[in-house]
Amino acid sequence: MLKITDLVKRYGTGDPVLKDLDLTIEGESVVSIIGSSGAGKSTLLRCINRLVEPTSGSIVLNGTELTTLRGKTLRAARRKIGMVFQGFNLVDRLTVMENVQSGRLGYISTWAAITRRYPKADIRRAFELMERVGIAHYADTRADQLSGGERQRVGVVRALMQEPDILLADEPTASLDPKTSEQIMGLLRDLAGELKLPVLINIHNVTEAKEYTDRIVGMRYGRIIFDDTPDKLDEAAMEEIYAGSPHADRSDDMATAS
Amino acid sequence: MTSIKEQFGRDDWTRFTLKQKLTRWVILAMSALAIIWALTSIEVIWPWVWSAPEQIGDLFGRMYPPDPSNLATILRVLWDTVNIATFATAFAVLLSLPVAYIAAQNTTPNRATLWLGRLILVTSRSVNTIIWALLFVAIFGPGIVAGIIAIMFRSIGFIGKLLGEAIEEIDTRPVEALQATGASRFKVIVYAIIPQVMPTFWAVTILRWDINLRESTVLGLVGAGGIGIILQGAIDTFNWPEVATILLAIIALVVLGEIISAFLRRRIL
Amino acid sequence: MSAPRDTWAKPPFIANRALRWAVYLGVIGYFGWVGLTMPIDWNRVVEGFGRAGRIFGGAFPPSFERSGLLIDGFLESLKIAVLATAGGVLLSIPIAFMAARNVAPLPVFYLGRAIVIVARSFHPVIVAILFVKAVGFGPFAGVLTLIVYSIGFVAKMLAERIEEIDFGQVEAVRAAGAPYLATLFYAIFPQIMPRQIGLTIYQLDSNLRASAVVGIVGAGGIGATLANAFGRYDYDFALAITIVIVAVILVSEAVSGIIRKRIQ
Repeated sequence: MLKITDLVKRYGTGDPVLKDLDLTIEGESVVSIIGSSGAGKSTLLRCINRLVEPTSGSIVLNGTELTTLRGKTLRAARRKIGMVFQGFNLVDRLTVMENVQSGRLGYISTWAAITRRYPKADIRRAFELMERVGIAHYADTRADQLSGGERQRVGVVRALMQEPDILLADEPTASLDPKTSEQIMGLLRDLAGELKLPVLINIHNVTEAKEYTDRIVGMRYGRIIFDDTPDKLDEAAMEEIYAGSPHADRSDDMATAS
Repeated sequence: MTSIKEQFGRDDWTRFTLKQKLTRWVILAMSALAIIWALTSIEVIWPWVWSAPEQIGDLFGRMYPPDPSNLATILRVLWDTVNIATFATAFAVLLSLPVAYIAAQNTTPNRATLWLGRLILVTSRSVNTIIWALLFVAIFGPGIVAGIIAIMFRSIGFIGKLLGEAIEEIDTRPVEALQATGASRFKVIVYAIIPQVMPTFWAVTILRWDINLRESTVLGLVGAGGIGIILQGAIDTFNWPEVATILLAIIALVVLGEIISAFLRRRIL
Repeated sequence: MSAPRDTWAKPPFIANRALRWAVYLGVIGYFGWVGLTMPIDWNRVVEGFGRAGRIFGGAFPPSFERSGLLIDGFLESLKIAVLATAGGVLLSIPIAFMAARNVAPLPVFYLGRAIVIVARSFHPVIVAILFVKAVGFGPFAGVLTLIVYSIGFVAKMLAERIEEIDFGQVEAVRAAGAPYLATLFYAIFPQIMPRQIGLTIYQLDSNLRASAVVGIVGAGGIGATLANAFGRYDYDFALAITIVIVAVILVSEAVSGIIRKRIQ
């Protein structure tokens, strides 16, 4: 279970990007976060695995408070949080297998990492997962030889190699064409079911969010203003999440704040 | 029919505006002055200058025909020269890795190490190999140890600077991704940074080896080993035909070095 | 689904097994064998560490007492660099035209290329020592050396630029009935001038650096002062000279960088 309470993130001295945000994710549901650019979706995701340092608030994953961890304990917690990126973030010059095994770097010894002598169990798991997403035959291929959809599959397998307790996906389909994008979303949904894994997806495409996820969270200016099942996301809710000029919205905030 | 002047208001044309012209003339005049100053104040004995072409011609005349009788020794020393360049490059590469790491803004642990790294690079780069060689000959005595260390000291700055720049230009997204998996700093370096700088690493190593081959041919002139020592010896004993052979051997070595480095570049990169 | 594999090895860099082991063994063999058979007097090397302490002890603090000598040496280096740059760049222009495949007839082209290759192959210190023997000790040998050094670089770069020029412009000027020299001035020079100015400034900087070195073998300038200081074990003065050389090189590098950025 992931429980976020009163999360605030402020860059420098500006307006906070996240404002007293609360969010709880239970069970193995697939949750999508929608909202216009700058709503704080990406910051929220990065606060969870501490790629971005939260300013205040609490994030608890399965009983562990994440916001106070340092060094070794932080790395141990990160092992349990898988992440899939918009730009795939693969190491282009390494083979697909090395990229996939880099998901295990938190577990294996430094010597095994340098010499590429991965544990047998890890190699078996890698082949199983690659087989599952259809990239097993690329194991020896360099990552930059693959197409966008294939690269994102490598990204997904890398995250799953961590045996995570939760999977975060930051705009996983924004760099892909519509058809591939549907395939990746389908894959994420199916894998969540198969592996009993909660998944949190930032997404621009509302149609995909409705089709592939169990719950939609709508964000605007660092706050959650919608949180319900996809069928409840009507025109009015969409209007509230996406429409209106930023300026009008800000002055509203000011009015309620003062 | 109206004239062009009436149509456009001007009938003259110059390439540059007055200000541009003025700047040009000032720069030209300054250059001329610098040359005149240098020519009039430099301490040369002009009769020697006028006889220079004759002297140089005479020198080359005495070099012909090249004398290959000492070729075996020359080739053996040439091999020493190659070894100096290769060993020095290998050591310099190993030592420049940590320097590049602390001299790159995105990997250096803190500001103090950043400046330490930069200080090492600037010192190494600004002192010429020959000057390093003078120092190390004074320390370790004449011989190839001084030569290897001199070339190594100069190469660390060169390799470290280019590698450091390569580290600063890497794609940071894979680094972020591997941090997110809970990998330690060292593993992130091994998996996300090293693969990205590998092409630069090889290119710079090959380039520097090629340069070092040239530099190692002159180390002997200050006593630091290699072909320069027998070149100096032949010059000091006015054995010009042997000097010619040594010079030809050096050309052959440099050309061969260029061919090998071009081959390696094609195969590795 | 077949049983998944549980072994994997990174594809080797060299696919051919025999060749791969040959390369590995060759590299290990080279470094091992050469490393062990190098003519190194280890006692002398160990002794060197004590000596290093004495040298550095003698070098600190650097002595600027004979700054007159230092300044004279530097001015001489500067003069050498200025004259060598002027001479080298002037000579480079005809040689560059000779060494450009698209403007020179084949025999002339080979001659031009040969000059460039020979000028580039020899380290300036070797050239310097020959000129010192031919024309005697002093700055004149330095100027001649750096002229050769400049030709090796400037003529090569300029020849490459000439090979890239746009011949449409040359034909246009010729079609307008321009004679040979006018063609040169209107169609070719404007295309190579910017590169030539940039190269000249770069070469001045580069000659200033090199002039510190050629002096060590007797070709005048600050290098001679430095070599003398070393010869007389005046390590504090040698350190002072080295510090000033480094400072001047850094300044000249910065200035030449700024100027080249401005004119491009």
